Amino acid sequence: MAFSNKYIIGFAGAVCVFCSIFVAGSAVALRDRQDLNAVVDKQSQVLKVAGLMKEGEALAASEVTKRFEENLVPRVIDLQTGEYVEDVDAKSFDMQAAMADPATSADAPANEAKVQRLPKQAQVYELKAADGSVGAIILPVQGKGLWSTLKGFIALEPNASTIAGLTFYSHAETPGLGGEVDNPRWKALWRGREVFDDSGDVKIEVVKGQAGPVAEDPYRVDGLSGATITSRGVSHLVQFWVSDDAFGPYLDKMRERAGK
Amino acid sequence: MAKPSKIVLDPLFNDNPIALQVLGVCSALAVTTKMETALVMSIAVTVVLMCSNAAISAMRNRIPPSIRIIVQLTVIASLVIIVDQVLKAYVYEISKQMSVFVGLIITNCIVMGRAEAFAMQNGVKDSILDGLGNGLGYSLILLVVGAFREIFGSGTFFGLTLLEPVTQGGWYQTNGLMVLAPSAFILIGIFIWVLRTFKTDQIEAE
Repeated sequence: MAFSNKYIIGFAGAVCVFCSIFVAGSAVALRDRQDLNAVVDKQSQVLKVAGLMKEGEALAASEVTKRFEENLVPRVIDLQTGEYVEDVDAKSFDMQAAMADPATSADAPANEAKVQRLPKQAQVYELKAADGSVGAIILPVQGKGLWSTLKGFIALEPNASTIAGLTFYSHAETPGLGGEVDNPRWKALWRGREVFDDSGDVKIEVVKGQAGPVAEDPYRVDGLSGATITSRGVSHLVQFWVSDDAFGPYLDKMRERAGK
Repeated sequence: MAKPSKIVLDPLFNDNPIALQVLGVCSALAVTTKMETALVMSIAVTVVLMCSNAAISAMRNRIPPSIRIIVQLTVIASLVIIVDQVLKAYVYEISKQMSVFVGLIITNCIVMGRAEAFAMQNGVKDSILDGLGNGLGYSLILLVVGAFREIFGSGTFFGLTLLEPVTQGGWYQTNGLMVLAPSAFILIGIFIWVLRTFKTDQIEAE
């Protein structure tokens, strides 16, 4: 059967229109659910690092949101001054979008975590303690590992130095080697270690091999065996985000507030 | 016309898309470190195969031969995007782990191969069965490879611990090779070897 050019163009057009209706339809119909999933996913990561949700604990979406809203206060801060930004809605603030947008970000100073852009405003979460004070500070962190950019959260005690937890919600490191950053046993090693030494310098690092117990060796964490570059990446990204280039000013403010 | 049961069952062992036709190996390497992702990928590919075969077969007499490949790709790509959207909406955790590989079903040679080789010549019903059969043939390999890799690579099966790994205080020293892509090559190779030992007609002439 011979087809005329008109038929061929018409047919191609019809297929395109038909397919695009289906694709657009599914995207629109499912968007709300997908957005909700992304929000709940992030909330459960924050809950995990804050110690409010156990590893592997499966909670309904509504329960995650409830627990999150009861215990955590999202805040938007100005990275340079460390002050709260009140005129931005902290709940809907998207730090990744702010980081990618040239209008709301700037070139990051040279750093070993290989962060290219720094947002002017950043998202942090504060855990509500029973007496109304801040129970823990949760900061987003990210940086290059071996294959991928690791993205996660670090939780600090109110003194803004003692680590309460570290977790990654997105990475593509080698499963079984660098992917062990997800291992609960390794993550537990971070708890209680100190980020800053007495003179206020960033001292935390991931070492090759084993570090001592928390009391004797508070500034070092065991490296992951077989994952030197991932370990180094984690070391660098934690060091970068608590430094004066990133959340340093905010952490200073938090320390002042806790001291009062 | 071939019997429906033959169309469905042939691609499992006699004409397996991965083991005999050696198609779709890329994704078989990527998503088989865990059973969970292997299973979801299997379902996704089977659904896409069945729908694309059905759509192409329904249009087969109207598709101008000069643009048939583009038409096939458009249909397949649309279906894959829809599947990806559904996964993101209903099994978010798993879709996060599979990341780009759902999108890569578009380039999975099995889907286009069946559209071109079968659906363009056969009726809708047979084409759907052919899609199902090839989807199951693909799934079979994915699940077998996934089972070996998860059990020996991480000591778990569907996330349940079978062999307590040393890293979690157990006794089992996990096999690092199993979590890396080359092990899937080796396992698929062994699968083909075993299959051809029993089905000697699959051995190519020297």
